[in-house]
Amino acid sequence: MIYRETGQFRTSYAEDQAIFRLRQDKIGIAVILAIAWIGIPFFADEYLLRAILVPFLILAIAAIGLNLLLGYCGQISLGTGAFMAIGAYAAYNLALRLPALPLLLDFLLAGLIAAAVGVVFGLPSLRIKGLYLAVATLAAQFFADWAFLRLPWFTNYTPSGSVTAPPLDFFGWVADTPREKYFVCLAFACLTALLAKNLVRSRIGRSWMAIRDMDIAAEIIGIRPMTAKLSAFAVSSFVAGGAGVLWAFVHLGSWEPLAFSIDMSFRLLFMVIIGGMGSILGSFLGAAFITVLPIFLNQAPGLVGIQLSTAMVSHLEFMIFGSLIVLFLIWEPHGLARLWQIGKEKMRLWPFPY
Amino acid sequence: MAELGPLLEVVLGGLMSGVLYALVALGFVLIFKASGVFNFAQGAMVLFAALSLVRLAEWLPFPLAFLLTIVIMIAVAWAIERLVLRPLVGQHGLILFMATIGVTFFLDGFGQTIWGSNVYQLDLGIPASPWFLLESLFPGGILVSPIDVFAAAIAGALVLALSIFFHSTKIGRALRAVADDHQAAQSVGIPLNRIWLIVWSTAGIVALVAGMAWGSKLGVQFSLSLIALKALPVLILGGLTSIPGAIVGGLIVGAGEKLAEFYIGPSIGGGIEYWFAYVLALAVLLVRPQGLFGEKIIERV
Repeated sequence: MIYRETGQFRTSYAEDQAIFRLRQDKIGIAVILAIAWIGIPFFADEYLLRAILVPFLILAIAAIGLNLLLGYCGQISLGTGAFMAIGAYAAYNLALRLPALPLLLDFLLAGLIAAAVGVVFGLPSLRIKGLYLAVATLAAQFFADWAFLRLPWFTNYTPSGSVTAPPLDFFGWVADTPREKYFVCLAFACLTALLAKNLVRSRIGRSWMAIRDMDIAAEIIGIRPMTAKLSAFAVSSFVAGGAGVLWAFVHLGSWEPLAFSIDMSFRLLFMVIIGGMGSILGSFLGAAFITVLPIFLNQAPGLVGIQLSTAMVSHLEFMIFGSLIVLFLIWEPHGLARLWQIGKEKMRLWPFPY
Repeated sequence: MAELGPLLEVVLGGLMSGVLYALVALGFVLIFKASGVFNFAQGAMVLFAALSLVRLAEWLPFPLAFLLTIVIMIAVAWAIERLVLRPLVGQHGLILFMATIGVTFFLDGFGQTIWGSNVYQLDLGIPASPWFLLESLFPGGILVSPIDVFAAAIAGALVLALSIFFHSTKIGRALRAVADDHQAAQSVGIPLNRIWLIVWSTAGIVALVAGMAWGSKLGVQFSLSLIALKALPVLILGGLTSIPGAIVGGLIVGAGEKLAEFYIGPSIGGGIEYWFAYVLALAVLLVRPQGLFGEKIIERV
């Protein structure tokens, strides 16, 4: 009833290829964008913007990056944190050593550097698959952790190893309040989501999905595994690297290598699994879920009158994340995004299901 | 060229820690061989087993605590098999792998919730002071830690016991049959579920042994869970399906990373141990995708 497509005719190819083909979807996305661009900045307080929305948007970008690789191309990566770190440190060094470059160009170049490193660590994917590849990407994670901790050039020889980002100066417009930072992240998140959505509907995205579903069959119908896999690694690392730059420059401000440790990689993997493998919407849902859950766990016991120690809360968080992963894999391997899709199917027939 | 004495000491120390890696890798191999599941939770099982043992030993005599821990590990194995693996049977290997990551997080949190998250000392009655060997040959002799020697002996005994178990008992033969072909094994009347329970229990007991060895070396604490990450390259190096491969891989990684740290570590900033094993495994993978001793990977369409 609510979600009925009756009477909506698509009369041109352009209409048929639109991202949101139904009127309800168009209205829905317009409302969401209006809330994100106008409503939230107007009403949200600084805490909400700084501690929840900014990390959520950045992690959603990183999750899109991982989702392109894992959900669309079927290549598992446990090293997303490493590519974020590479992006962050590349941008830091570019800003430090080439101060003439505008910041936006630094961001772009940092993404490209992360993409190049991603291709290097993606090379083994041509020879090895699945679990072995997971170990290869772990190699990237450990190597990056070590390099940024032990090679002082990357951190500009600061004795503590922690570095501070330059001010966020976009062609004269400086983003320094939480609200302005939120707008920066929102702009990047919208841009990434749009690009990713179009990428996976294009020729290259379809070749990724063919590789994911069955690589040998894909090869036989004429898809080059090398191009497909390496391009997936490159694009995924580019997006992850960009997210790393935002995480470091916009969210953290000053950071140390531990900010991008293997915990970050696992967290992103959880976002993709819970949100939905092979779904851009899922990346946002997963990021929102994983960002909000720990905060909820910290607050909820206090609200109902139970006092838990911080250690207990962190153990609980581990247990809940672990069980959710297993439950989602068993019951809904396509995650929250699939639940939303089922909900839409239901709304289509409601209130008169057959 | 460095002196022979320190070199020998480095190699020996590396080999000993390699044996400890191999102990953890062994648990991975057992499960992968019999069920095709790459069990990321092995490290969490090591932590869980060690924690249970330490806390139980606080108010029970040690042998009783040991037996009770074995029972607990079998219960854990049963729960994992029943609640996680059975609903996911027939799924892609990657899905199973991610499920075991979930199990890892759950076990880490669960273990620390019920047993506490402090650092506990595990005293197995082994002298902590190092031994000096071959003092007549080198000035100062070679430093060897008794715990390492003990762990190496245990690992050797365990490998021997496991190979006898795999090759000369009825259950062992059934295990090998299941490893070769699940469906064929089931069709000749081997109960798959029971076999998997046995394998996971065995892996749990191996985890307990590894936990005792590592726990007495480092103290029982959360970081035990992370040694799984150290064991992964060992596993890849040796081949996922080979028990001797796990041992040889462990020895190569152990000796290799200590030697690398000794010779090239100082010139590039040290801490090379952190990634050396991974890069070594990666290099081997590029030449031999199945690892040194693994079965050749055959793709059927």
